[in-house]
Amino acid sequence: MNERNERIHGVACTFRKVSDVFHAAEKVRDAGWKNWDVHTPFPIHGMDQAMGLPRSPVPRLTLLGGVTGFITGCLLTWYMNSYDYPLIVGGKPYWSVIFPFPVLYECTILFAAFGTFFGQFIFNRLPRHNHPLFDLPNFARVSDDTFMIVLEARDPQFHLDESRNFLQSLGGQEITVIRD
Amino acid sequence: MAHAHDSSSERPAILDKVRPAELPRSPLILNNRGFHWITDKVCGIVEEETPLWWKIMFGVALFVASFTFIGLGYLVSTGTGTWGLRSPVGWGWAIVNFVFWVGIGHAGTLISAILCLLRQKWRTSINRAAEAMTIFAVCCAGLFPLFHVGRVWFGWWLLPLPNQNGIWPQFRSPLEWDVFAVSTYFTVSTLFWYMGMIPDLGAIRDRATTWWRKAFYSLLAMGWRGGNRQWSNFEMAYLLLAGLSTPLVLSVHTIVSFDFAVSNVPGWHTTIFPPYFVAGAIFSGFAMVLTLMLPLRAIYRLHDVINQYHIDNMCKIILATGTMVGYAYATEFFIAAYSGNVFEKFAFVNRAFGQYWWAYWIMVSCNVITPQLFWFKKVRENHSLVWIICLFVNVGMWFERFVITCTSLANDYLPSSWGYYSPTIVDIFTFFGTFGFFSVLFLLFIRFLPLLPMAELKMVAPQADPHAH
Repeated sequence: MNERNERIHGVACTFRKVSDVFHAAEKVRDAGWKNWDVHTPFPIHGMDQAMGLPRSPVPRLTLLGGVTGFITGCLLTWYMNSYDYPLIVGGKPYWSVIFPFPVLYECTILFAAFGTFFGQFIFNRLPRHNHPLFDLPNFARVSDDTFMIVLEARDPQFHLDESRNFLQSLGGQEITVIRD
Repeated sequence: MAHAHDSSSERPAILDKVRPAELPRSPLILNNRGFHWITDKVCGIVEEETPLWWKIMFGVALFVASFTFIGLGYLVSTGTGTWGLRSPVGWGWAIVNFVFWVGIGHAGTLISAILCLLRQKWRTSINRAAEAMTIFAVCCAGLFPLFHVGRVWFGWWLLPLPNQNGIWPQFRSPLEWDVFAVSTYFTVSTLFWYMGMIPDLGAIRDRATTWWRKAFYSLLAMGWRGGNRQWSNFEMAYLLLAGLSTPLVLSVHTIVSFDFAVSNVPGWHTTIFPPYFVAGAIFSGFAMVLTLMLPLRAIYRLHDVINQYHIDNMCKIILATGTMVGYAYATEFFIAAYSGNVFEKFAFVNRAFGQYWWAYWIMVSCNVITPQLFWFKKVRENHSLVWIICLFVNVGMWFERFVITCTSLANDYLPSSWGYYSPTIVDIFTFFGTFGFFSVLFLLFIRFLPLLPMAELKMVAPQADPHAH
C-alpha cells in the first residue's frame, strides 16, 4: 500500500436496479472481500446472505437489558417494600415475586428495549456525522433510489486500479474514489 | 413408495401442462410507482411551503388546546373539588378520559408491532402515523391521572424516588403498576417510533437545501448511511422492538383494566376485563387511525399508497374487534346472572335500565351495531361513511369507559350511599381541550417528520425483490 492510498477511504460505484446490486454483492463476497458495504435506500431481502454477513449481535444486548431489568425490578420492589420500609398488607409476605410482577414485567421490557435501541447505535457506530461518504456528491441519491457498493481501502485486497476495474466488471456505474 | 411410483406412471398427461393458479395479491402500491416517486411524495410533504389549511388547523388546534390549560390551571389554583367528583363517584371523567386516550394509542402499537410480527405488509403505509398517534394519545392520557392526584407538584411521589416523607411507593397497588406500565409504554413507543424514522430522516437530510434544514435533519438522522451492515442491525433491532412492544401493549391495557378488576366493586371485579379492555382498545384505536388517515390521504393525494385494500383491512379489524366487544358485553351479563351474586346482577341491570341507561345504549349502538355495517363492501368503499362510522366508534368507546366507571360507583352496595355523577364545566373544558392538544402534536408531526415510512414502502414495492426481472 503506497502513501497515496492512505488518504483514500475506498472506491464506490452505483447501480440502478436491485437485482444488479444483489448479484454484484454476491460476487464481491465470493472474491473474499472483508471491508466493504452495500448502501441502499431500504433493506434488501436476502442481502445479508448475499454479503455473507453473520447474524446481527443486537439480541445479545436485548437479553442483557431484559435480565438487568428484571433484576432491577426485583431489587427495587424488595428494597422499598420489604427492606427499607417493610409494609404489611393483608398479612401477606413482605416480598414475593408475585405481587410486584407487573412492575418486574414492565422493567424487563423497558430495559430490554433500551438494550435493543442503544445496541443498534453501538453496533452501527452511530451517531457519526463526519463519514467520508457524505462528501460524495452522488451519495445523497442512495437514500432515494440508487444502490452503491463501497470497497474500503483498509481491506487487504484493496488496490486502487484493480478495485476500480473489479467494480467495472461487476457492472457498476459512476465509479468514484472516496477521499478520507 | 409403491404408491408414489404408481401415481407417477399413471399420471395423466394434462397434469404436466397445468400450472397452479397465480392467486393475485392485492398490490400495496398502485400505479406501479417507483422508488423515486415514494421519496418525492413523502419528502414533498415536509419540503413544500406550509399549506394554508395547515396554518388554519394549527390555529384552531391551539385554540382548542387552550381549553385544557384553562381547565387545568383553574383546577390547580382552586382544587379537585372543581371537578364533578364527589362521594360516591371518586373516579369520574378523569379516569374515563385516561382510559379512552390510552386505548386510542393501542392501535398504533398493534399496527407497528403485532402486524409486523405477523408479516402484514399492508401495515407499512399507515404505521408511522399510527405510532405518532400512539405517542400523542398517551401524552393526552397521562394528563388526567397526573392532575387527578390533586397536588400535582407532588406527582413525582408516584415514582420510586426518595421523598421527604421517607416512604416508598406501594407496589401492591394496581395504580402503581399503571405508573410503570404507562411510562414504559410511552418510552418504548417513542424509541420504536424514532428508530424506525432514522433512515427516512436520513433521506430528508440528503435532499435538504437550506442549512437549518440540513442541520436539523442531520442531527435527527444520527449520521445514517444505509449500509447493509447498518440495515442488518437496524432490522434486527426493529424486529426485537416489535417483539417487545407486543407483550407490552397487551400488558398495558391489562394493567389499566386491573385498576378496576382488582377492586371489589360490582361490575368491576371480573376476570374478563383484561381481554375485553385490550379488544376495546384496538377497536377504538383503529377507528382513530381511520379518522386521521382518511382526510390526510385526501389532502396529500396518497391514494396510491393507502388504497382500498388498506381501508378494507382496517374496517374488517374494526368489525372483528367491535364484535368481540359486543360479545364481552353479553358475557358480562351472562356471568352476572349466572353468578347468583345479587350485587353483580343489580350492577348490570342497573347499567342497562338504571339512571345511566342513556349512556349504556349509546355505547351499545355505537360499538356493537354501527361497525356491523362494515360487513358490506359498499360501505367500506364509501369513505365518508367509513369516516362517520369511525367517529361513532370513538364516541361509543368513550361511553364504554363512562358506563364502566360511573354506573358501578354511583350505585354499589348500600342504597343510602348512592349518588348521581355529572361533570362540571371544568371537566368538559379539560377533556375538550385534549383534542386540540393531540391535534397540535399531530399537525407538527405531519409538517416536520416523514408521515409515511419511505424505506418500508420501498421494501414492499414489487421492484424491491432482488429476484424479479
